[in-house]
Amino acid sequence: MSRDGHQAERLEVDPIACAGHGLCAELLPELIELDDWGYPLLANGGEVPPELAALARRAADACPTLALHRLRVAAAAGVGRATP
Amino acid sequence: MTLFASISPMWLATRGAGVVAFLLLTTTMALGVAGVLRLQARGWPRFALDAIHRSAALLALVFVGVHVATTVLDGYVDVRWIDAVVPFASGYRTFFVGLGAVAFDILLALAISGILRQRIGHRTWRAIHWAAYACWPIALVHTIGTGSDSGSVWLLAVIALCCATVAAAVVARLGVLRGDPSPPAPPAAGRTTSTGRTRARAVAR
Repeated sequence: MSRDGHQAERLEVDPIACAGHGLCAELLPELIELDDWGYPLLANGGEVPPELAALARRAADACPTLALHRLRVAAAAGVGRATP
Repeated sequence: MTLFASISPMWLATRGAGVVAFLLLTTTMALGVAGVLRLQARGWPRFALDAIHRSAALLALVFVGVHVATTVLDGYVDVRWIDAVVPFASGYRTFFVGLGAVAFDILLALAISGILRQRIGHRTWRAIHWAAYACWPIALVHTIGTGSDSGSVWLLAVIALCCATVAAAVVARLGVLRGDPSPPAPPAAGRTTSTGRTRARAVAR
């Protein structure tokens, strides 16, 4: 994966599916912290810097309820293409 | 050494691989049952327990592969390749070998659905994953009833240890289920508000 080929990525939490297991915050503390109830709060609107892409992927894979989604962001427009 | 001189190494390997696979399945099962509890072992982050659950399951699959391959290649007993996946067709201990095939099929389904979890979605994955509760007991009966070591003291000791491990996980889980039905951790004292949960709110940094 070259830097040029990298596609910007954004994280989004499905609040219905999220059950507050908190694995995402353990794996990606740079972007995710937990509120008092154990639910994730995303920093920076969920935008994933390229150097954290691998960890973001791991966090999404680890979610027991698959509530953490990775959305591809169109580079120019900055709008998520995947449906929430 | 003289003890094993007359026994083929393949046959020893199949017995060893079978026991190791069962130990790994027990680890997987216990962590799976306990994982739902949101158990937090001191010094062990949850993602690590989850990673061990997945890794032990895949490793169990590898050892089951060795177990099957060495059984068939050894040729000492009447078990063919197809008997590994099609249950109750082998000439050797038809019933107990058949249970092994059932457990293997379930394990395969669990592994494949686990790898494809992001694609098939949580609901489908979960429906398939319920079969895990059948896999371990079937593998247990297969372990007890098949092979040269069935009935030996050391194998019974291993089986007793495995049963105790899974039983402890189940008891812990049932205890927690009865105690507190609400999974999320309670909010810090004095910060409870009438607005309830604030979920997934974006915070600027």
